[in-house]
Amino acid sequence: MSDFHASDGPPRHWLQPRPEGLWCAPGRFFIDPARPVDRAVITHGHSDHARPGNRAVLATEGTLAIMRARLGDGAGGSLEPVAYGERRRIGEVDVTLLPAGHVLGSAQVRLDWRGAVAVVSGDYKRRLDATCAPFEPARCDVFVTEATFGLPVFRHPPDTEEVGRLLHSLRVFPERSHVVGVYALGKCQRVAALLRQAGYDRPIYVHGALAAMCDVYRAHGVDLGELRLATAARPSELKGEIVLAPPSALADRWARRLSDPVAAMASGWMRVRQRARQRQVELPLVISDHADWDELLATIRDVDAPEVWVTHGREEALIHAISAQGRRARALSLVGFEEEGQ
Amino acid sequence: MKRFAGLLDQLVFTPSRNGKLRLIQDYARRAPDPDRGYAVAALTGALAFARAKPALVRGLAEQRVDPVLFRWSYDFVGDLAETVALSWPGPAAAVVAPPPRLGDVVARLERAGRSEIPALLAAWLDALDATGRWALLKLITGSLRVGVSAGLVRAALAEIGKVEAAQVQEVWHALAPPYEALFAWLEGRGERPSVATGLGFRPMMLAQALDEAELAALDPSAYRAEWKWDGIRIQLAGAGGRLCLYSRTGDEIARSFPDLVEPLAAAGPLEAVLDGELLVARAGTGDRLEPAPFSELQQRLNRKTVTAAMMRDRPVFIRAYDLLFEGAQDLRDLPFDERRRRLEHWIRRRMPPRIDLSPAVAFAHWDELAALRAEARACGVEGLMLKRGDSPYVAGRPKGPWFKWKRGPLVVDAVLMYAQRGHGKRSSYYSDYTFGCWRPIADGTGADGTGRELVPVGKAYFGFTDLELVQLDKFVREHTIDRFGPVRVVEPSLVLEIACDGVQRSTRHKSGVAMRFPRIHRLRWDKPAEEADEVATLEKAIEAN
Ligand SMILES: [Zn+2]
Ligand SMILES: [Zn+2]
Repeated sequence: MSDFHASDGPPRHWLQPRPEGLWCAPGRFFIDPARPVDRAVITHGHSDHARPGNRAVLATEGTLAIMRARLGDGAGGSLEPVAYGERRRIGEVDVTLLPAGHVLGSAQVRLDWRGAVAVVSGDYKRRLDATCAPFEPARCDVFVTEATFGLPVFRHPPDTEEVGRLLHSLRVFPERSHVVGVYALGKCQRVAALLRQAGYDRPIYVHGALAAMCDVYRAHGVDLGELRLATAARPSELKGEIVLAPPSALADRWARRLSDPVAAMASGWMRVRQRARQRQVELPLVISDHADWDELLATIRDVDAPEVWVTHGREEALIHAISAQGRRARALSLVGFEEEGQ
Repeated sequence: MKRFAGLLDQLVFTPSRNGKLRLIQDYARRAPDPDRGYAVAALTGALAFARAKPALVRGLAEQRVDPVLFRWSYDFVGDLAETVALSWPGPAAAVVAPPPRLGDVVARLERAGRSEIPALLAAWLDALDATGRWALLKLITGSLRVGVSAGLVRAALAEIGKVEAAQVQEVWHALAPPYEALFAWLEGRGERPSVATGLGFRPMMLAQALDEAELAALDPSAYRAEWKWDGIRIQLAGAGGRLCLYSRTGDEIARSFPDLVEPLAAAGPLEAVLDGELLVARAGTGDRLEPAPFSELQQRLNRKTVTAAMMRDRPVFIRAYDLLFEGAQDLRDLPFDERRRRLEHWIRRRMPPRIDLSPAVAFAHWDELAALRAEARACGVEGLMLKRGDSPYVAGRPKGPWFKWKRGPLVVDAVLMYAQRGHGKRSSYYSDYTFGCWRPIADGTGADGTGRELVPVGKAYFGFTDLELVQLDKFVREHTIDRFGPVRVVEPSLVLEIACDGVQRSTRHKSGVAMRFPRIHRLRWDKPAEEADEVATLEKAIEAN
């Protein structure tokens, strides 16, 4: 690791992608590093962001609880919790974590070095989610945004409507189990919470692989109603019930315990019918924990950054649209590799 | 429109017939008139209005969406209607009209001229959500393919009224969208609509498959035999100087066969309803009509336009085997023998062009008939029909009066090559199988030095028992050697005995042959893959041409 010499200047001089992850030079730490490092700031608990084996980790209490549940001792050497909005100085940098609205504990990382401010969004969404704190826009000089759904075809419908479609299917097919493919962290708990909001008060059955994360959420005060382990249930008991399972279990032998199941899947990708059909999904539910196209563009307007770095998805279309807003936009992977003034 | 769009969306993803049936019922119970009537008409292709071309739709979208983003979106999604539905940015104006009702959309389109379509469409797209936009675009571009037949829709409606599907069918053809009188009758709010008009479709009488073990118990003298022709079943209805030609499911198909309908119409009013087979006539047989193989007829089915060359090379005709109405007289309650006598007489007297009589096949004993059937690989013959001489013409598939006795299936040994997961109940099983036969490699070499390669010859997903499915699934999982998306490539070691109804030439398949109705007959765990059949075996079975 080379030493840091820049005396000040725009974030592209001191915040750069490296093989290990996004490197903040004046603080000597990485954000969401891809391999073990000495000091890491972690945005949220998903496995592509929170990896094991870092020596020192700074994250929200929620994220640390998720990492402990997922990784055990591998979660890191020293784990330092920090509340949303609380300022921490690391090296020469003031670091603040702000809610990202993605999953429990998810945060944006606000970096302030000598008055120049960069915000790294991690993954985020803008619509309300009862299972986590809502996204807080913060003005900055550089905004590093995700672009998972960076195409105008991705506009998520209201989540209440999607859950309404699940309940409608349950009314039309009351004898069939409805298995909903959900990711273990975030989507599972959000779908359960949405069902409760819609007044669904029957037990919700969950695949064993989802139970641990549900416990973390409940320990953080998120009410999911009565959950039962699907693995312990007899097939006859699951008739006409909602079963949450990891997407891979839908195609697996595991699904055979269910009687003539309706295969549902809760994901932003379900917006495109061909995608849903490829996965042989019978009831695609467009429920996403990522910002859709309109939310991405609205957020960039809200944080009002003159410069945006795009990562984690379909960069080119979003860069095209941000440039049309009169801002400078580029792929994060290219930051630091470009000539000045380009 | 929202409810209709929701229905279409669910139908697209629901593989099972029963699932579709329940969704249509649920919709028809809850949607109001006239929307539901237009919805079922849209599903069965019974609506006619000015359509929008894909280019128009794309042009509209590019006025609203940045063309660069639109192109990337289209590349990603792959379907124009869906790309436009999803990327449409919402209303340009601040005040938006409420979403249109399906009934309003159809009524407006029926009156609209082509030049009005773009403005109408844009306003509706503004007012609808993404699923609504998708449904509207599918409707207006005439590409509403959701895997629903008219028969399925009518079966769903029949259950609402707790009546026979055949009854719904008969009423259906006497009415026009939005079928308000039909719904009133089904819901017990009105009389059964009158079906007196002579041009309507009459639900057909269908035959049971013959179980040969039961043959001994049947009295041969009570039955009449005819050849079972390998064409498509049709009904020809003439009344008031007009003609209608219906498929087995009651779809009007006269438009596809002007070479049949026009000479018939020119020969004077045909006041009758005939049941028969539509066949392609072989060339060069003079005035005698001789059927060509089914593959020839297939070239004329599901075509949007009919070319002169098609009609010259593959002219169609009707081989008649029943008479349902003569003039205004309903013959359906008369015994078969009497209807047959009248049919023969009617054809002899009228000599209608492009119609001939399906001859009776004389026999005294079942053995005699069995011998005739065994030889029946002649052109255009699929087996035999047995009809009781005293049977009235009853809609549906009653057990006993009519039997079809198909000729034996062809059986080949093929090797399992690829497998895919099934749908619904079978979605956790590898239940769709592609199998292949051997073929010499042109230059005589081969990866394994045998000089032969396997080429796919067909796909099958039924014919096996539940237990065999479990065994096949296990075999696939344990012998996967590669994957392409959802497709697993299986080590070529399991021989499947495949039965099929015939073999045709095909330019679409690498092997050059295509099987009709292939199904898995037996699993040959005992047989080494090298001993499976060659493609040449299938080629020999191609129907004489
Ligand atoms: Zn994430
Ligand atoms: Zn992520």
